[in-house]
Amino acid sequence: MKTRVFFQAMLLLLLFPGQATAMELRTTLGLETRLFFQEPAYDEQKDTSGSGSLNLEIFHQFDSGSSITVEPFYRIDSSDPQRNHGDLRVCNYLYPVDRWQVVIGFDKVFWGVTEFVHLVDIINQTDTLESIDGEEKLGQPMLHLLTGIDWGTIELFMLPYFRTRASPGKKGRLRGPESIDSSHSEFESSAEQNHLDFALRYSHTLGGFDIGVAEFIGTSREPAWIEKVSGESDQSRIPYYQQISQTSIDLQYISGAWLWKVEALYRLQQERNSGATVFGLEYTIVNPWETSLEIGLVGEYVYDDRTEIQPAPYENDLMLGVRLNMNDAKTTELLLGLVLDTQNESTIITMEASRRLHDGLKLELCGALLNQIDETDPAYSLHRDSFVMLKAIFYY
Amino acid sequence: MRHLLILNRINRNFLNAWKNCFTILFTSIKMPKIIYVALIALALHSFPLPGHATSAQEMGLAIAVEADRRASDFTDYTADMVMILRNRDGQESRRSIRTLTLENIEDGDKSLTIFDSPRDIRGTALLTYGHKIEDDDQWLYLPALKRVKRISSSNKSGSFMGSEFAYEDLGSKEIGKYSYTFLREELLEGQNCFVIEMYPKDVKNSGYSRIVSWVDQKEYRTYRQLFYDKKKSLLKKLQIKDYRQYLGFIWRAHQLEMENIQNGKATVLILSNFKFRNGLSEKDFDKNSLKRMR
Repeated sequence: MKTRVFFQAMLLLLLFPGQATAMELRTTLGLETRLFFQEPAYDEQKDTSGSGSLNLEIFHQFDSGSSITVEPFYRIDSSDPQRNHGDLRVCNYLYPVDRWQVVIGFDKVFWGVTEFVHLVDIINQTDTLESIDGEEKLGQPMLHLLTGIDWGTIELFMLPYFRTRASPGKKGRLRGPESIDSSHSEFESSAEQNHLDFALRYSHTLGGFDIGVAEFIGTSREPAWIEKVSGESDQSRIPYYQQISQTSIDLQYISGAWLWKVEALYRLQQERNSGATVFGLEYTIVNPWETSLEIGLVGEYVYDDRTEIQPAPYENDLMLGVRLNMNDAKTTELLLGLVLDTQNESTIITMEASRRLHDGLKLELCGALLNQIDETDPAYSLHRDSFVMLKAIFYY
Repeated sequence: MRHLLILNRINRNFLNAWKNCFTILFTSIKMPKIIYVALIALALHSFPLPGHATSAQEMGLAIAVEADRRASDFTDYTADMVMILRNRDGQESRRSIRTLTLENIEDGDKSLTIFDSPRDIRGTALLTYGHKIEDDDQWLYLPALKRVKRISSSNKSGSFMGSEFAYEDLGSKEIGKYSYTFLREELLEGQNCFVIEMYPKDVKNSGYSRIVSWVDQKEYRTYRQLFYDKKKSLLKKLQIKDYRQYLGFIWRAHQLEMENIQNGKATVLILSNFKFRNGLSEKDFDKNSLKRMR
């Protein structure tokens, strides 16, 4: 209800802009096809799927310096109706005053420094229907106050509405064995999705250091699960969102070709403490072998003990990556990743490549190869879901 | 004898430079007194004064300092840029770019470069905090991810967005980052030029062993540069053309042609729409507002 009123207000603002400079519209259309190498693990799943997505970006700046940004998103999928989904990625009004900046509405906020895992990033819910790597996020309604002071930046977030995590439907790949009933999510807080979450963050750049310290009090973005058996064999899981308080730190130090990274969090949840840490290193090689290549070598190690309370994608894992930037006119880029579970043999190989065909069209090829996934590994439910995806992105 | 004549001319310019320096120093109330003293001591130590013995190094530095002084005091400027990449077969691809620069006399300048095309990288922004001596701080904003990424300073020899310009060619050229030698005087396209040689002090990260520059004697504008790689062979040739004057004293080139001798590729930068003293402030170069840049 609240959200509807908010949209209407936004629409009004858009229709009656008053004194304003020109409005900008950018459109991105994505067409993709996914091919899975193996027979599906569950009956109704398919081997191939086609999908299309549309992303609009409307931006409008007033003479006062304040601005409105609206970014609606919609996807349709040929094989999984659950994956047909829309979202307001961004829909906000930004008002800058001196060293202050106020944002009201839906926005995306990213915290963190590491490449493979994003431990401290908590403001936005993950859009699990978009990708399994957790990089895509849902828009989060917020009041965001930011102030720049001499020794850094202080930000306060008030998050009045919680977005639940969606799950693929029965026909979709990249899911667990049980069907997930997201529409009947349960919450620890009696306010349910209307629980008011708070976050406070301080960040600063000092020479080669980038540091961020944050406190979050509110609804956990990752659900715990309640098993439900209804009728004969229809097993389903219901997401259960708990209240947490989380203190986190993210730190990056740059020294020549080296980047040193740490993200760590300490969480109090149902009167239990848990924590997670990721250490990362990145080394950049520029112009090797008399070429204009740029090669980034990435190594990260994550330790997460939250898994006792709720599933986390990585428990005790080592990630290695190579980022290749061809520095050519077509902006050809390649990212290869290897995720090794240090306690069992499970390995995941990921690939992302992209190249511009011409101004306005980019091709992307990505894929994941899941190998010898241990039955105890959180990724086990995906063990037959190795895939490649080809994507054409049109920009208007 | 000719050396001395050139030096006298430079020294005359120096007197003016000094007057300006003192005005800036003493009208500014932000800097504590000890810094004035330190600055002046440093300046006296490193600048040649009449009567002192002069070496080619001192003259090279003096020319660079004078060129820098003449390019200073613009406060801020914005410009549009078209970058044309040309491969060996003559195929071209274009990028359009906007730049904003804020002058910072105490430390290096701050600059922001925003890409408008190709459309898949539209909104990509490079933020640079230049420093007089240490490495510049650089951040790249990636709009697709809505994320700011810190750029390693070892990247300075790397290609800037697939072009034949390296990051270090386009960054702020602070005097303290090079050492200099005066080579000779030479006529270049009808203009009397000083030919000086620059040696990057960051030997580890720079892609060059030396850069030879042709600077005209009248206005101290750079017209040509030759870049030599680490193996001391000629790598790139830059021709700088179409200088126009702004604010009555600032010269800005409107065309830069960089030719890579070794790989046969070339990049042309065409600049236009220069606007000076727009009232830009530190706030326009804030890491937090990168994502709002349009």
